[in-house]
Amino acid sequence: MMFLRKRLPIILAFITGMLLWLQFYIPSRMASNVLTSFTQSWAIILASSALFLGILSAVHHHWTKIKLHKKGYAYSYITLVSFAITFIAGMAWWIFPGFIAKNMANGSFFTWIFDNIFTPLAATMFSLLAFFIASAAFRAFRARSFEATALLIAGCIVMLGRVPIGELIPMPAFIGDDLSDVAGWIMNAPNSAAQRAIMIGVILSQVAISIRIIFGIERTYMGGSD
Amino acid sequence: MRILAILNTRFICAVLLLMPVFALLPAQAQNVTDIELFDQPNDDGSAVILTFDLEGDDLLELMPQMQVDGEWYNSETVPLTLAALDFKSSHPEIFSWGVEDGQEDLHPNHRFVVLSKYISVDEAGDQQVEDINPGLGEFAVRLLIDPDGAAIVHDAGTVQAVEQWFNTNMVFRLALAVVFALIIMSFILAARKNPNIFIRRIAGLEAVDEAIGRATEMGKPVMHINGLDSLATLSTVAAVNILGRIASKVATYESDLLVPCFDPVVMTVSQEVVKNAYLEAGRPDNYREDNIYFLTDQQFSYTASVCGIMLREKPAANFLLGYFYAESLLLAETGNTTGAIQIAGTDAQAQLPFFITTCDYTLIGEELYAASAYLSREPMLLGSLRGQDVAKAFVMLMIFIGTILSTFGNPWLTRLWTAL
Repeated sequence: MMFLRKRLPIILAFITGMLLWLQFYIPSRMASNVLTSFTQSWAIILASSALFLGILSAVHHHWTKIKLHKKGYAYSYITLVSFAITFIAGMAWWIFPGFIAKNMANGSFFTWIFDNIFTPLAATMFSLLAFFIASAAFRAFRARSFEATALLIAGCIVMLGRVPIGELIPMPAFIGDDLSDVAGWIMNAPNSAAQRAIMIGVILSQVAISIRIIFGIERTYMGGSD
Repeated sequence: MRILAILNTRFICAVLLLMPVFALLPAQAQNVTDIELFDQPNDDGSAVILTFDLEGDDLLELMPQMQVDGEWYNSETVPLTLAALDFKSSHPEIFSWGVEDGQEDLHPNHRFVVLSKYISVDEAGDQQVEDINPGLGEFAVRLLIDPDGAAIVHDAGTVQAVEQWFNTNMVFRLALAVVFALIIMSFILAARKNPNIFIRRIAGLEAVDEAIGRATEMGKPVMHINGLDSLATLSTVAAVNILGRIASKVATYESDLLVPCFDPVVMTVSQEVVKNAYLEAGRPDNYREDNIYFLTDQQFSYTASVCGIMLREKPAANFLLGYFYAESLLLAETGNTTGAIQIAGTDAQAQLPFFITTCDYTLIGEELYAASAYLSREPMLLGSLRGQDVAKAFVMLMIFIGTILSTFGNPWLTRLWTAL
């Protein structure tokens, strides 16, 4: 049992990790076709099984909320009913023959749900981002410290420099032609430098965590550290 | 003088009359020289390369053809003009760094075409696009100039597409990977002998205990989000690793942990990780599988759902760790309005400013990957962090030397580090 729970996953992680790493350097079709399709098939099978578990989990979660009358359980009713209708529309399309077909190009009720209910709701959530950005920007740009003041000034320069009016604001010759040049420098020099520094750190960390996982040093993701 | 003037006038008139005739004369034929045909290096046997020097009129079209089973077929490439062809010098992955930067203009005629597909015609007369592959064996290639007109034919010889077993362009990358792996492994081994390794303080991780303690005191749950990517993303693996450490502390404090998941595989793994953390903390009875559940794999449906949970359950501590997209600010700002302590960590650069603005602590890039080691304080994991820092110092040194060399016009180090 211990072998199956602890040793086998480490052995599998090592073999799979090493093979996929080496495959990166081998251009042969054998490496790309056999190994990649093999691992992708595994991933698809695992993801499909996990999706089934996920659906069970979601249904169970909402069912429990309704049963126990937890806070906001009314939303769980909506979720389960929506889930059931969409599921039937997708899996048993013959139940809704021609339903609302006159309003749709594709003709399926499932597509109608997606186009007319899901997409507008998702777009509504996304559109909230504009207001959240405004409030977050207000908080970030309050000049309470040197860093916040520098951020405020840099932010204003970039905002003005990225719109047409920025090209109408002249700058001293030794700096550039107009404000858009300053905005461009901020984005291309300090901003890019910081972003690349973060990226280099991230990539080296990814190498380190990969090594820890391949060699079984990091095992938390398997549940447990020993 | 009068005669001369008359002759001159007649000459000019004659030239003007003959001008349309000159225009109708055939253009100077394109001349193809130095045709070379070879298998594309470092590939899976799916392409061959045709190189040539091209001089003369650049308006005519070129069409490479290949002979398969005795029949000549057009390559899938549309008829090419000179302007559409690549310079050899701009593709070091095939032709190496033979030509210095900026000197390609001195060799404007060095061109090449990658041939990877051809158009065959079946018995019914239908055209089909076929791939070049090693199974074709040796086949002949020729280059037609002006295929729809005079069609001057230049034989290029024969070639066989061969699949390679090692990409020589990646020798340096392989060497780097091995060197970095050795550095990290050596520090992991060194950490076994000397477990007292200094790691700089990371404020966001120091605050984990405080956040969980606060949640316990307030009798409110702790919420952990593993980002919106699958386990194929390393930042998600890092987030799940941190979840294990956080779950262990939550179990010790006997608080509640909510983990709404975006990916069903992540959910399954998270359940196992949290269950084991509770088991190791000696609180298996406090583990509730229902608290680690799948919501949806749609970005904004998930966001709406998590925001709803934040507003209803009012978790006292939110951990937003992993890879996030546009929903990062929606989640963090909602958490901020509920008054929760928020610790975020991501390597998604575009989302970092949003987290920094709205969260109490933010793990930037590599700190996310260091978190598991930092929280566990296991010497071997800390050793890998030290090795990582040494590798980073090496990269910084290379950048410094490369900058100096490039400044003085030597591109050697830059080219060495360029991914081909």
